[in-house]
Amino acid sequence: MILSSHFNYWIVIVLMMIGFFIVISHGNLVKKLMGLSIFQTSVFILYISMGKVAGGTAPILDEAYSVYSNPLPHVLILTAIVVGIATTALGLALVVRINEAYGSIEEGDIEMQDCDKLDKENANK
Amino acid sequence: MSANILLQIAILFPLLASALILITGKNPGLRDKITLVSATFLFIVVIFIYRAFDASLQVEEGTAVKSIAVNWAEIVPGLHLGFKLEALGMLFALIASALWLVTSIYGIGYMRGNNEKNQTRFFMLFPIAISAALGIAFASNLLTLFIFYEVMTLSTFPLVTHKGSEHAMKSGRIYLGVLIGSSIGLFLPAIIWVWAVTGTTDFVAGGILQDKLSPLHLSILAALFVLGVGKAAVMPIHRWLPAAMVAPTPVSALLHAVAVVKAGVFSVLKIVVYVFGIDTLSDASYLHFLMYLVGFTIVMASIIALGHDNLKKRLAYSTISQLSYVVLGALILSPISVVGSALHIAAHAFGKITLFFAAGSIYTASKKTEISQLDGIGHRMPWTMAAFTIGALSMIGLPPAVGFISKWYLLMGAYDEQVYFAMGVIVVSTLLNAAYFVPIIYRAFFKTEADGSKPHGEANKAIVVALSITACMTILLFCFPNIPFALAQSIAVQ
Amino acid sequence: MSAHLPILQVILPLLAAPTCLLLGRTQLLWMFTCGVSALCAVISFQLLHTVHTSGDIIYSLGGWSAPVGIEYRIDSLNAFVLLLVTSLSTVVLCAAKQSIAKEVPESRQLYFYVAFLLCLAGLLGILCTGDAFNVFVFLEISSLSTYTLIALGRDRRALWASYQYLIMGTIGATFILIGIGLLYMITGTLNMRDLAQRLPDVEQAHTLYTGFAFFIVGVCLKLALFPLHLWLPNAYAYAPSIVTAFLAATATKVAVYVLIRFIFNVFGFDFSLSQFPLPQIWLALGIIGVFAASIVAMSQHNIKRLFAFSSVAQIGYIIMGLSLGTAAGVQAALLHVFNHALMKGAIFLAIAGLCYRLGAATMNEFKGLGKQMPWTMAAIVAGGLSLIGVPLTVGFISKWYLVLAFIEKGWWMIVPFIVIGSLLAVVYVWRLVECAYFQEADSKREAGEAPLSILLPTWILVFANIYFGVQPQFTVHATSIATLGLFGATP
Repeated sequence: MILSSHFNYWIVIVLMMIGFFIVISHGNLVKKLMGLSIFQTSVFILYISMGKVAGGTAPILDEAYSVYSNPLPHVLILTAIVVGIATTALGLALVVRINEAYGSIEEGDIEMQDCDKLDKENANK
Repeated sequence: MSANILLQIAILFPLLASALILITGKNPGLRDKITLVSATFLFIVVIFIYRAFDASLQVEEGTAVKSIAVNWAEIVPGLHLGFKLEALGMLFALIASALWLVTSIYGIGYMRGNNEKNQTRFFMLFPIAISAALGIAFASNLLTLFIFYEVMTLSTFPLVTHKGSEHAMKSGRIYLGVLIGSSIGLFLPAIIWVWAVTGTTDFVAGGILQDKLSPLHLSILAALFVLGVGKAAVMPIHRWLPAAMVAPTPVSALLHAVAVVKAGVFSVLKIVVYVFGIDTLSDASYLHFLMYLVGFTIVMASIIALGHDNLKKRLAYSTISQLSYVVLGALILSPISVVGSALHIAAHAFGKITLFFAAGSIYTASKKTEISQLDGIGHRMPWTMAAFTIGALSMIGLPPAVGFISKWYLLMGAYDEQVYFAMGVIVVSTLLNAAYFVPIIYRAFFKTEADGSKPHGEANKAIVVALSITACMTILLFCFPNIPFALAQSIAVQ
Repeated sequence: MSAHLPILQVILPLLAAPTCLLLGRTQLLWMFTCGVSALCAVISFQLLHTVHTSGDIIYSLGGWSAPVGIEYRIDSLNAFVLLLVTSLSTVVLCAAKQSIAKEVPESRQLYFYVAFLLCLAGLLGILCTGDAFNVFVFLEISSLSTYTLIALGRDRRALWASYQYLIMGTIGATFILIGIGLLYMITGTLNMRDLAQRLPDVEQAHTLYTGFAFFIVGVCLKLALFPLHLWLPNAYAYAPSIVTAFLAATATKVAVYVLIRFIFNVFGFDFSLSQFPLPQIWLALGIIGVFAASIVAMSQHNIKRLFAFSSVAQIGYIIMGLSLGTAAGVQAALLHVFNHALMKGAIFLAIAGLCYRLGAATMNEFKGLGKQMPWTMAAIVAGGLSLIGVPLTVGFISKWYLVLAFIEKGWWMIVPFIVIGSLLAVVYVWRLVECAYFQEADSKREAGEAPLSILLPTWILVFANIYFGVQPQFTVHATSIATLGLFGATP
């Protein structure tokens, strides 16, 4: 049955949608970043799943085993994980700076403050 | 010096002059001298070019065909930036450079007489506009023409908005909007169309569009060109011309009686003769609609002119109507009417510049701008009003002014081709011209001045000299129309 | 040595970035960065020359040949874009010193140079590599450093813009990652050539369609195709001026390259442009993008934002060219990539000079500027004319080829849209001109000309704008070879 045999992929899709939804719907910048991380994680799982060969074992050469999982996607996703961590770190650093500059990490607040500033600029014109 | 080099000097020299004027801006005396000297120099250069051209024409009749042409760059295969001498362009270049000289004299007098600000900017942009006019005159293909056409639009904008007031800026926007809009929106697509169909944009005697387009498409293309060349001011693309009248008078005189508007009708004429070819265009079955539009412009603009009391406005609408004569002559599609059109470019240039000079002279001396204020002014300013009268005669088309000759040819051409509509339009508009000019002359000489008005004399000498020269030219051209006539004829012969 | 040029191109800035940390003084940093970038430019010039004379260069990383190892492949297309990116980054860097000294606090200037080099390394990596996953990695390198660069802006809104870009950019990159993953799933390879060979066998697979869709959307987000452009205006407006100039000239161009590369060399022309309504969608989005962005640009008060929207509009033209799917269309798009980089580079560098003197670039600052900073203003006007597409500037060349491409395809109806698009550009450029030349400066502001170190690079680009507008043989030749290469590979 599709549901069970493609279990991993269903999880991927569910996680992806959860992550995406959080990014879009939440106004809190940290929460957005969490959503982004979940979104990225779903892709990691996608890659890891596709490297799995049924009945295969870890790709360590040994005479006892003849079927291995494909190691390449795993290696690839290591890179992607690193990139993901870097992105999250940078994002969080930005949130810290934004908090210092605006005194808030709520999207609505920040945009409100910017609008006020813009109005002032235009008023000075 | 070879004519090729002279040709390039003529186009590049005004730019140099412009730079010099900018540098010497702090010293008005020196600046004005440079203006005058460079204008004289340019005129001489153009005369030399004419002589070389004339000589090459003689050769052409004999054996070798030698054309005077320069190619600066090939941008895209089939798209050149280049110049080539031909009769029509030669005529236009002669007119523009001669009148630049006169206008320079006049402009200096006017700017000083009225203590205008930003004079350096004014005198700096003038040569750029003239350079553009010469570029248009000598252009060897549509692209080059288009480039200089736009240069002229842009360089004249600051001249039009010279006063810098809110009203001037608003008019300037109309000026720029209409001209740029029509040129990019209609003219450029028309050029692209020509290029797509023929693979070239060169001006070739006899045209490049033979058997390339159906009659309907030809008519549409012609309409794109006639309306797209907004400087020709065919209705409904005429709004920029009255708007541009906020400019100081020398600008109106040179640019809106000579350089800008003439660049427009000249382009139309050149396109009809060298891109379409008269024979090819006569296949265009729907062309008469375009002719109706042009005829309508002639009559309508004259009627509007009747209703304007502001002298410059009336002259502006008169210009619109006169410009359409040239377009009409081109669209009649007979060799004689094309000669008439070419002559009318010259005739109208000298006549209209005289009228504008006179208007500026009146303004400088008395600050009067409305026709109703002009009662008896002929006695205070006899030179100015005499010149005005001559200009007006030329506009109406009466001897001894050159306007008579050009109108005569236009009528003959229309008669030859049996375009009675055009003949009717010319006759009706001549009557209208008389109707809006004669009352002014009558007022000036035969009415007595209102009481309590300030006494004043003629405007300063530079102005009077300039307008006397152009008035004399109007008469001289009637007596000795050889040069423009020979040039105009050689177009028709081709 | 010369055999290693392809990798050297990428390694050089990548290694130079940490080296920067060892150099203390900003003067030294600046010279070092300039030197590295200039060296890259020389290498890329050499590469282009080699490609044109003796064909594609294939370089296997670590000696592992293609399907197993990662391969760098330089052909006439990426050599051309490489040259564009490296030379523009060099010119922009030349102007960077004083502008950055003014706009970025002393303590953070080091990070600017480091991030700049990393960004350059990322962009060059994307261009060089022949491996799909590598594209993603380098894309993220360049993106991450771009977020940093933007966040260096003085205004606090730079932080917010950077954050927004980070969110949207990461989503886009992840989409690309998904697309590449799905491709790998059905073909088992990541090498672009290999992919191109194996994909036709599995053309019917749903996985391929899904992967294709994810990939295209991801890339379109990176290249700021309307309506995925939302990150761009703020990022351009609040980043340090030099960064804006660099990004506008290179970043979106590289994204366009990725799009072209994958459409033609990986998915294949037939698959991507014939089986989907992609050309129609692109054409529509391109036209709407040109109009919407130009109209928004008209009402902008912040000049950097104004030209940012104009960039979105120009991307519209590029996409319109691609949507034709003909050699002429692709060539027009490539030409516009090059030409638009030149004009936006010139404009944003001029604005950098302006910000150096005046601190900001809003309409207010522009009043009376024609007299106070004549050379800077003249550069902006020249760039603006190029944007409009006035003959004798590069803008004319690319628009001309674009119009020709449409006529050749027989899509006459589109030509008026291009023409009207140019008219819209006239309006927003004219607003600036009027403000600068025909209005008096507000207060007793004393502003001199921009410093020579900024002015000179600006005018180099302005000159390039005119030179390639009058003598476009080089660009036309290079793009036509590149296009031939694309269409030759997948007939």
